[in-house]
Amino acid sequence: MSTSTKSLVLASAVATALTGLTTTATAQAQEKCYGISLAGENDCAAGPGTTCAGTSSVDYQGNAWTLVPAGTCETMELPASADGTARAGSLEALERDVPA
Amino acid sequence: MNVSQVQFQAAMLAPDAATPEGLRNPDGSAASKRFDVYRNNVVVSLADALETAFPVVRKLVGDAFFRAMAAVYLRQHPPTSPLMMFYGEAMPAFLADFYPAKSLPYLPDIARLELALRHSYHAADGTPVDHDALGQLTPEALMRARLHLAPAVRLLSSDYPIHSIYVANTQPDAPNPAMQAERILITRPEFDPQLHLISATAHACINALAQQKTLEDAMRLVENENEFSATLGLLLAQGAVVQID
Repeated sequence: MSTSTKSLVLASAVATALTGLTTTATAQAQEKCYGISLAGENDCAAGPGTTCAGTSSVDYQGNAWTLVPAGTCETMELPASADGTARAGSLEALERDVPA
Repeated sequence: MNVSQVQFQAAMLAPDAATPEGLRNPDGSAASKRFDVYRNNVVVSLADALETAFPVVRKLVGDAFFRAMAAVYLRQHPPTSPLMMFYGEAMPAFLADFYPAKSLPYLPDIARLELALRHSYHAADGTPVDHDALGQLTPEALMRARLHLAPAVRLLSSDYPIHSIYVANTQPDAPNPAMQAERILITRPEFDPQLHLISATAHACINALAQQKTLEDAMRLVENENEFSATLGLLLAQGAVVQID
């Protein structure tokens, strides 16, 4: 492609992008909506140290870090990774060889 | 009172350490109970901060695991800044080396995503460019044009389906993730960061634009003209372009 052809292709791509904007612009307005989140699933984008963070109550420390992860990872059923290692069911294996 | 901050902090983060010498009750006895209460509150509040910071990581590993993992993390990586909203910067690297989490190789990238969302949230505002400014450039000027992206824009790339995992754990009825590499663009058009699943080529293109490459160079990185239009359109619609040079 010659330089002038390329610049026309680029200009056309930019024009297409801009045309798309005018048709979707009206859908862009966003507003804060409180009180609609499911329990435990509310957005807390600001992070700790903000009004999102709770206050402390009970310590939970101990040796529980020898536990295996038991969250939603087990239900997600991710297929095997690239090296063929199966992901599902691998959680149990962690109970052995855990560093003391 | 004769105890240094170094001694105090070391004892604070070591659950079995003795109360530092020199911490005394009014009657002169060692203030061991008081110090234990203080030590406990430090640990609990930092663990709470990490729970707030990494809700999806927490959901993936479960509450008990997260809490126990947080107790290890916070002792290895106590805060180095008073800005608690950024606490947990070392979490991706920590998780990558944390043996009990080895079965979840995507976990460090999920932590990276949650950090990026917070950085995007707290980034400075950017004023989006007037879209017509781009349309008024000649084809030749467009080739040489360079864009400045908004401070809140973040790009992530993972060998794992980080977008699908994030969505599956934050939105009801989302489909199960399929094993694939995924790339994410984070924008902040209004108040909260928005996630966009993008292709590898769009990721490369936006990355080039973020590094002030020309539109001509950036367009070479996408599949075709349509993808360039869609990528540029996404950036403009999300208010992610703040200046054109």
